[in-house]
Amino acid sequence: MTLTDLTASELAEGIRRKKFSALEVAQDFLERIDRLDRKLGCFYKRRDPLAIAAEAATVDEKIARGENAGLLGGVPVGLKDLFVTEGLETTAGSKILEGWVPVYQGTAVTKLREAGAIVLGKLSMDEFAMGSSNESSAYGPVRNPWDLARVPGGSSGGSAAAVAAGLAAATLGTDTGGSIRQPAALTGTVGLKPTYGRVSRWGVVAFASSLDQVGPFGRTALDCALVLEAIAGHDPRDATSLKAAVPRYAEACKRPIDGLRIGVPREYFAKVDATVGKPVMDAIDEMVKLGAKKIDVELPHTGYAIAAYYIIATAEASSNLARYDGVRYGLRVPSENLQSMYARTRAAGFGAEVKRRIMLGTYALRSGYYDAYYLRAQKVRTLIRRDFEQAFKLCDVLAGPTSPTVAFKLGEKADDPLAMYLSDIFTIPCNLAGLPGISIPCGFHDRLPIGLQLLAPPLGEETLLRAASAYERATDWTRRRPEEPA
Amino acid sequence: MAITEDEVRETAQLARLELSDEELHRMTRELDAILGYMQQLADVNVDGVEPTTHAVPLDLPLRADELGPHLEIIQVFRDAPDWRLDGFFRVPKIIETDE
Repeated sequence: MTLTDLTASELAEGIRRKKFSALEVAQDFLERIDRLDRKLGCFYKRRDPLAIAAEAATVDEKIARGENAGLLGGVPVGLKDLFVTEGLETTAGSKILEGWVPVYQGTAVTKLREAGAIVLGKLSMDEFAMGSSNESSAYGPVRNPWDLARVPGGSSGGSAAAVAAGLAAATLGTDTGGSIRQPAALTGTVGLKPTYGRVSRWGVVAFASSLDQVGPFGRTALDCALVLEAIAGHDPRDATSLKAAVPRYAEACKRPIDGLRIGVPREYFAKVDATVGKPVMDAIDEMVKLGAKKIDVELPHTGYAIAAYYIIATAEASSNLARYDGVRYGLRVPSENLQSMYARTRAAGFGAEVKRRIMLGTYALRSGYYDAYYLRAQKVRTLIRRDFEQAFKLCDVLAGPTSPTVAFKLGEKADDPLAMYLSDIFTIPCNLAGLPGISIPCGFHDRLPIGLQLLAPPLGEETLLRAASAYERATDWTRRRPEEPA
Repeated sequence: MAITEDEVRETAQLARLELSDEELHRMTRELDAILGYMQQLADVNVDGVEPTTHAVPLDLPLRADELGPHLEIIQVFRDAPDWRLDGFFRVPKIIETDE
């Protein structure tokens, strides 16, 4: 057992009780990254080890003086490269932002650091968070620690793989259509997508503003609870952030699940192979043994979610990404006039998937097509939201698979964008309805992890964490570790 | 066909994206497949259904129009590809627009 095997909560407690120092912890993680990340490719940009050591030493000094070092005092964390970090390059996985060193820092990162977490670096991701495999990154793919020939999922692939491989104790990702939960499922980690507005989006590069949400990856639900407690809350700089008080999420992890009503949506099992469906159903049955009740529910508009999502998300993205025009930051391709400078800069700076989505979104918003695509998609979004409202009259959480398959091979879906989109079927409806969702490990197929997804009504994060923790205690999936890559 | 090559060309112009001929062909093929898939939305009965713009109901709070914490202009310019010390982004000459 080395320090990099411990969970974030174990590390925070060990540092607080002086069983080991924050400096020792940082040292072990840095050595492990040195040794393994060449094979995995999780980190796009590492922070200066001297800056990391200085912060760790500050945590140790605070503890030596008997002061509070914070909820995550000394815990080494990584950040998806979508988070704007002062003095640390931020690219969003895109060539168009290569070399951008921001002069400000986003709220979630500031709060995480105020809670004592130590940032190790920026993690690789699909370009502008658009992708489900991490292959659309402009800086090379991330490999799945369980099988280096396979993808870690996306778009927060680096954030998921780093936790799975023990290169960071916890990480931050973002989830617009499953970008936290799907990679968590594919890497055997826990990933939590909070309620829309629970965490400030200020200082997070925008993809689709009505869907984007920040959330944690950890090895356990408790680790996610600690990180969420640190980063959640209202932010005057994000008008969509919720004013609701931030509960002690870690406390929720201790509560039993007697009487918890688990809704099982028929539609979430209809088209799933038994290799994934069976372990997920077994997990639900395990929770029934712990005192929960299983209830059949219906989410009849599930089949339309992908179509609605890929219109709404791309429409918002086409607008959000208009700012990358070669004027204020990032790349500029010189040209004889302004219009061609815009068009050439964007042609050179964006990758194929981002261009495809900008085009799709621009098309869906064009006059003449708006009613047929964008407006209709928003109405279907209402129907999907109502499906959930109906289901949650009968149950407290919904349970099903996070992803229809285990991790697929690098390149397997890279040439078929629609096939890639279809793999998001179970994660997308949650974003359209603004709900919180969590993915937790619930088994393996061919030595590849399988994820159980739990969804709750808005601000139901405590219910998710409570259910996830109870299941974790009854099983040993979250204690499994991939072998070190040879 | 859900989309034609001409429509793709016009859309690229609106999106300020220069596409090579090869990209234009491929983009048309891919968007056609994706938009073909989207056609299923036409099957949904949405009569009388309000559109959702935000899943969580939002009030739109107003705030006093007062200066808050902010970056110095010079810090912001430092990130730009081309700028002038007297406080302007420098861009190529605007000869014409394509509108």
